[in-house]
Amino acid sequence: MSVMKKLLTSAVVAATMFGGAASAEEMRIALVVKALGIGFFEAAAKGAEEAAAELGGVEIIYTGPTDTTAEGQIEVINALIAQKVDAIAISANDQDALVPALKKAMDRGITVISWDSGVAPAGRQMHLNPSSNPLIGNMIIKLAADHLPDGGDVAVLSASATATNQNIWIDEMNMVTGNYPGINVVATVYGDDLADKSYREAQGLMASYPDLKAIIAPTTVGIVAAAQAVTDAGKIGEINVTGLALPSEMAGHIDSGASKSFAIWNPIDLGYAATMIAYNLATDKAVAEAGKSIPMGRMGDVMLDDERAGAMSDPFVYDASNVHDFKDIF
Amino acid sequence: MKRILMSRETMLALAIILLTGGIALRFPGFIAPNNLALVFNDTSILIILALGQMAVILTRCIDLSMASNLALCGMVVAMINASFPDVPITALIGLAIVLGSFLGAMNGVLVWKLDIPPIVVTLGTLTIYRGLVFVISGGAWVNAHEMSAAFKALPRSVFAGLPVLSWVAIATIGLAFFAIRRLPLGRSLYAVGGNPHAAVYTGIDVGKTRFVAFSIAGGLSGLAGYLWVSRYAVSYVDIAGGFELSIIAACVIGGVSIAGGIGSVGGAVLGALFLGIINNALPVINVSPFWQMAISGTAIIVAVALNVRSERTKGRIILKRAETLV
Repeated sequence: MSVMKKLLTSAVVAATMFGGAASAEEMRIALVVKALGIGFFEAAAKGAEEAAAELGGVEIIYTGPTDTTAEGQIEVINALIAQKVDAIAISANDQDALVPALKKAMDRGITVISWDSGVAPAGRQMHLNPSSNPLIGNMIIKLAADHLPDGGDVAVLSASATATNQNIWIDEMNMVTGNYPGINVVATVYGDDLADKSYREAQGLMASYPDLKAIIAPTTVGIVAAAQAVTDAGKIGEINVTGLALPSEMAGHIDSGASKSFAIWNPIDLGYAATMIAYNLATDKAVAEAGKSIPMGRMGDVMLDDERAGAMSDPFVYDASNVHDFKDIF
Repeated sequence: MKRILMSRETMLALAIILLTGGIALRFPGFIAPNNLALVFNDTSILIILALGQMAVILTRCIDLSMASNLALCGMVVAMINASFPDVPITALIGLAIVLGSFLGAMNGVLVWKLDIPPIVVTLGTLTIYRGLVFVISGGAWVNAHEMSAAFKALPRSVFAGLPVLSWVAIATIGLAFFAIRRLPLGRSLYAVGGNPHAAVYTGIDVGKTRFVAFSIAGGLSGLAGYLWVSRYAVSYVDIAGGFELSIIAACVIGGVSIAGGIGSVGGAVLGALFLGIINNALPVINVSPFWQMAISGTAIIVAVALNVRSERTKGRIILKRAETLV
């Protein structure tokens, strides 16, 4: 680690310590992120502040290293232990490297949870996933079905045929397709997360299935390429492109109408939920044990599985009404 | 007459017609004129790049860095367009070509002045250029809404029935025909690859000719970079990842000899079209994705096997022979 980075990290740590000393009687929850200055995490911090305001008497210490390294996060954790925060909620840069530092924190009575990017079970009390495979599988077909009241043909444009995530989501989707009467999944094709191949596969879908009403792409390269292919074919309004994507990537295609809506986790909700969980665990209002549930304020409850991990909610839906608020965030 | 019938280009054209016919049996809509125009348009970028690669391969070199060069030039123009939407598109295209030529010239200089094998040089620059895309973009995407409308509109605006993208490919084919047939450079490319020692005795500077070939390939990569990012309306680090292999495959299928000195503009174009037709047909004829790659690979090997056979009987006579091939 260079001298400059060390200095910067120390400065960040020092700043958080001063911030902490000012109001010692409040509950202090540290939101530790992968690195400072990333839009996604700034948005999560906004959600954490929202939760703090709702709870009252809670101070959020938003901190993290200046670059996405595990060493940087360990320094931050050690500093937080030294200033005796009440809870640490971390999005980890390495699931194993942080375990010793976080164990030390738990030994000192600090509540430790991970969110977004998890820590191995030994190093945290619970982990909050943004969503779960069944919820994602249901969401992608729901996105298509919501805009097809009379039903119709839909097709899936995935990443590669061997992509684990996408295959699980598509399997989960196929399991619940029956809940959406009239929706007919006619094909699943693979664009290999290459813009040109995805574009060609989307063109192929439009040629093979003239009655196609929606293309579901649970992959960011695929959804953007499919939206462009639909635009170029002049089929905006006839075919709705939807799936999983980031607002910054899809804002243009939402504006053009090629995509009516898409989904991904909402970082604000995630920061809010992580803070609520950390608060409830630190105040002993809930316990982090397998099979137990922990309240998350307006986000409902999270149910923990055998690894003490849980899913927050359905992916958040973005459309013309909100995509521009998020496109500069992530 | 027999020679024309048996020429590689005729064979390949026949193979393409058979292939298209076979596809039409399973999916009749494929041979509709507007679908064929779509296929040509989709293959345009590959044609442009294959012609650049052909110039390099003719001189017994190879350029593995074309796709990375494309990605770097595409990212540069996309980022400029996103930050300064008022910069005219023609200036951006000019910049892409100049920058691409410069990147190609770097390959050329290393091959020419330092005498490093081209496969090693371009394997290095393949990684360097791809790495530079990451450095300048910080890994971030340039997305559709950040690009200006004019930037995205040019390749898809229709002129005389075809999109501009197709016309750019047609113009490139025309220029390549002219350069190979009418310019001294065209003769030099064949001479340098066919027999470098003999080329020196005829007064051709082998190193310089290779330098020029690399620069041309680079310039075409730069042009393709703009066309790629504007066509797909997105630019990110991995664009056209692995595309260098498709470019080389198009040349090889088109009968451009990896040993240098043999090849034609028509062959390279047909080779690119062959791949383009397969790429566009596989999605509509309902072939399992696991088979698609195997089918593309088999087509390449069959094409090369046929070419090797025909090369063996023909022998390799430079200059005079090359003239009749074009």
